[in-house]
Amino acid sequence: MQQSAASNAAALAVAGVSHRFGSVEALRDVSLMVPQGSFCALLGVNGAGKSTLFSLITRLYDSTSGRIEVAGYDARRASRQALARIGVVFQSRALDGDLTLTQNLAYHAALHGIGGAAARARVAEVLALVGLHDRAAARVSTLSGGQQRRAEIARALLHRPQLLLLDEATAGLDVRARADVMTLVRGLIATQGVSCLWATHILDEILPADHVVVLHRGRVLADTTSAVLAAGQTLAEAFLQLTGLPEGAA
Amino acid sequence: MSGWVIAFGGILRREVLRFARQRERFLAALVRPLVWLFIFAAGFRSVLGLSITPPYKTYILYEIYVTPGLCGMILLFAGMQSSLSMVYDRETGAMRSLLVSPFPRWFLLGSKLVAAVMVAVLQVYAFLLIAWIWGIRPPLVGFVAVLPALVLAGVMLGALGLLISSAIRQLENFAGVMNFVIFPMFFASSALYPLWRMKESSLLLYHICRINPFTHAVELVRFALYGQLSMLSLAVTAGCAVVFFAATVVMYDPAKGLWRGKRAAG
Repeated sequence: MQQSAASNAAALAVAGVSHRFGSVEALRDVSLMVPQGSFCALLGVNGAGKSTLFSLITRLYDSTSGRIEVAGYDARRASRQALARIGVVFQSRALDGDLTLTQNLAYHAALHGIGGAAARARVAEVLALVGLHDRAAARVSTLSGGQQRRAEIARALLHRPQLLLLDEATAGLDVRARADVMTLVRGLIATQGVSCLWATHILDEILPADHVVVLHRGRVLADTTSAVLAAGQTLAEAFLQLTGLPEGAA
Repeated sequence: MSGWVIAFGGILRREVLRFARQRERFLAALVRPLVWLFIFAAGFRSVLGLSITPPYKTYILYEIYVTPGLCGMILLFAGMQSSLSMVYDRETGAMRSLLVSPFPRWFLLGSKLVAAVMVAVLQVYAFLLIAWIWGIRPPLVGFVAVLPALVLAGVMLGALGLLISSAIRQLENFAGVMNFVIFPMFFASSALYPLWRMKESSLLLYHICRINPFTHAVELVRFALYGQLSMLSLAVTAGCAVVFFAATVVMYDPAKGLWRGKRAAG
């Protein structure tokens, strides 16, 4: 096991991570830490490098340099232990629209080695948690956008992860559905003790007390609380000032 | 039950469920070889004379000769279908949920490959049943003996499909696979005509057919269907299966291959 004692307190520790796509530098010396049982907003406009960072954390591919640890496990050298502790909701849909919600969740439970009665119990548990127990037999393609995002969160929670990664989880949702998803995630942190890295460019989703990491053009520009970042301005004004983006970009 | 068995079972179950949902896919997979058997082979029966060639012990009708080739055709198209669905899953993002499973990537890809082959083998047996009714009747023992040959040939062609899927960046490019992989592999093989016939027409084409792995997959199936084993075909098919799958694992490796060069959206 490559579990690091030093990182025992952190659900996620990213240290000096850089990544290039050919000649394009996607991430440069990115460092951040998400303590256990906490919420962290990864704030950045499209193209900032948020999805690239998520891909590196989930080991879709390896970083050019730096180190990523999930609950103390090195994502590269102990990837099995690290991935077993991550639940991820990607920006794009990961559920199969042709299959029912239960069939989809049973498949994803199997991908974590959970089968039989244990899988059935977990599926029922997460569906109740996200309020979709009455849609268990429905085909995913018949669910509304908000229900599909909640279903994605249910999928991510199946194996009881310590770290929840949500990449633009409210993209394309109406105000009500967005609020429902936010309430669900914050509730999970409070009641289940999971940690959450929430990638977004929607500033309304961030509360003053939230831990915020601003990522811009592959670099971390700020790592503080929302209230400190705003410093008397609105969060949008502070974000635009920090990133040098024109008004209306956030 | 071991987590590995559960994971494989889950991947297999999803493949079967998807297949069951897409009945038109099953029909298309059957109609294609049946058209060749009922129409093409009937037309060619009088044109192509077939002498006694192993594994056959007598003169045979063209329909009998072409049947193993059409089994190979089903496996070839199933392999490419699998490749197409991998590219589609990658474009839509669905593949990410497979690849972030804690199980090693070689195991996930291998499970997906074996699951797809099992579905393809069912299609071949459905085709052989219809061919039996049509009058093409290999010895009954051949129906059992052909199973491992079908699995191995399916794994080789499925692994090739996975390898191709790792090289294709966009779904639109898949038409090129039809033109540059499926058609040349199928026509430059022993699926439709014996190689000695090809040798009479063109020595170069004959040598191309000889080195085509699909020829050996078809011959493996042909011999097995008549209760015999072609050692050369077995060695080539097994060897190619190992090489194609190993190359696929390298291409899908997080530290190498296509994923490193593909930029994420946000």
